[in-house]
Amino acid sequence: MHPYLHIEKASMVFDTKKGRFHALRDINLKVEQGEFIALIGHSGCGKSTLLNLVAGLIEPTSGVLLLNEREIRGPGPDRAMVFQNHSLLPWMTCYGNVYLAVERVFGAKETRKQLKARTEAALELVHLTHAMHKYPHEISGGMKQRVGIARALAMQPKLLLMDEPFGALDALTRASLQDELMRIVQETRATTLMVTHDVDEAVLLADRIVMMTNGPAATIGEVLNVDLPRPRDRLALAEDRHYHHLRHEVLEFLYQKQLRKAA
Amino acid sequence: MNAVSLDDRRLQAIMTSLDTEPLPAASTPPTAARPRPTPWLQTERGQAFTAALGRWFRAAIPPAFGLGLFVLVWQLISVSSSEPGLPGPAKTWAAAQALFADPFYDNGPNDQGIGWNILHSLARVGTGFGLAALVGIPLGFMIGRFAFLSGMVAPIISLLRPVSPLAWLPIGLYVFKETEPASIWVIFISSIWPIILNTAAGVTRVPKDYLNVARVLALSEWKVFTRILFPAVLPYLMTGIRLSIGVAWLVIVAAEMLTGGSGLGFWVWDEWNNLNVEHILIAIFIVGFTGLLLEQGLLWLAKRFEYA
Repeated sequence: MHPYLHIEKASMVFDTKKGRFHALRDINLKVEQGEFIALIGHSGCGKSTLLNLVAGLIEPTSGVLLLNEREIRGPGPDRAMVFQNHSLLPWMTCYGNVYLAVERVFGAKETRKQLKARTEAALELVHLTHAMHKYPHEISGGMKQRVGIARALAMQPKLLLMDEPFGALDALTRASLQDELMRIVQETRATTLMVTHDVDEAVLLADRIVMMTNGPAATIGEVLNVDLPRPRDRLALAEDRHYHHLRHEVLEFLYQKQLRKAA
Repeated sequence: MNAVSLDDRRLQAIMTSLDTEPLPAASTPPTAARPRPTPWLQTERGQAFTAALGRWFRAAIPPAFGLGLFVLVWQLISVSSSEPGLPGPAKTWAAAQALFADPFYDNGPNDQGIGWNILHSLARVGTGFGLAALVGIPLGFMIGRFAFLSGMVAPIISLLRPVSPLAWLPIGLYVFKETEPASIWVIFISSIWPIILNTAAGVTRVPKDYLNVARVLALSEWKVFTRILFPAVLPYLMTGIRLSIGVAWLVIVAAEMLTGGSGLGFWVWDEWNNLNVEHILIAIFIVGFTGLLLEQGLLWLAKRFEYA
């Protein structure tokens, strides 16, 4: 059986003003359907670049990316993206932002009523029915990020891509959104690729943690299997020995094997 | 147990007695028992009103002083200048009252009421600016979107933009052979630059995130334009429109002085030939006031299109 997402020997070289920058080399990764993958590494290691490659926002210099046995060429609504800074359109309400995506994906074959129901269901999933008709500037950062997640999920994507989705939030909001994301992913069984720099977040959420070496010319250093049973509970895990062992593995990789001197 | 011993007649008398009618006392509430109402100024709304009034006065006092000083200086200048001096505020005010008593008379093409002159000037600004917007907005969008086009027109714009608008008037007169289209042409050419430049700047400054959203959704070009590009550029576009109407209003008076016929500029020059200095002063106030109204109106409009 073929893997759902298959990245083979992908590398990425950027042409910048200062010359060529070798961002990624020799990336090989297979992701099964329904898996939750966390990409972790020091900043500048190219994890966002890898995510953008899968999104199709950039094309690899060499190598292939296959989704469901078809080559990824350019961005498309089958790979929904949750951006780090939510990227909601400020001139539309939360409803309008989600509806734009829903209309794009399902508008051709569904009635307006169905599209409306889909939009409302997506907002319901992230518990934002009450703020549906508010504008992004009227709601908190955590709520904006939830709208971003609702927009992505409403498209029923093959792949859910998240670029440090909770990076800009405070610790408490982040924790509650992580819990919500766990619940949603459990419900929707979405195949997810999430970039993060938060070790706890990676261990809590992921089925596998892909750890990347430092750039330039970064690649996948190790892949850690997170074999913690689901549903996971952050309080119970805080006392769990295996959880701490896994956490230690990631920390060891980041701070011993890939230690980066502060510039 | 008296009630039991009531006979039928008495019972009937009681039932039909006046008592069954509404009591007169019940219809008017007892006035003495009512609490004295709080004076309105001490209620919450009353206090908010006095606070607002205070704020308004504090905001109005400096401008009032400024205007008062302005009129005073004007008066001093008019008194101290030798005969025939600059008309003072009182004389100008009297002239203005006479002028605005009949703003819409029409004694042939060269003698029309002040209202007509204002409207003629506004119509020219409107037409010239409208044409500039019609050409400038799409051009600005294209220049912002396509780097090649931007490179192509950048030297032309840089070269033509600093040219004084009136320098275009002879070209207009030569090409159109008439004053009316020539003055509209001058407005067009002077007000098109802010529109093009601001629209193009707005397009290049559309946050990359928004465009990435469009790319991930693979929106059609039309949807990208209507849902993302246009709303994102609108604040810049409004700034461009405001600047260009400001320029157009500056230019129209000068252009009409040269082309003649009608309009505020023509009127100023006509009154200069009649040596009616009061009217020239009035014209200056009208131009200033109309420009202020245009500016404020556009600012108000721009605010409505703003998103936080």
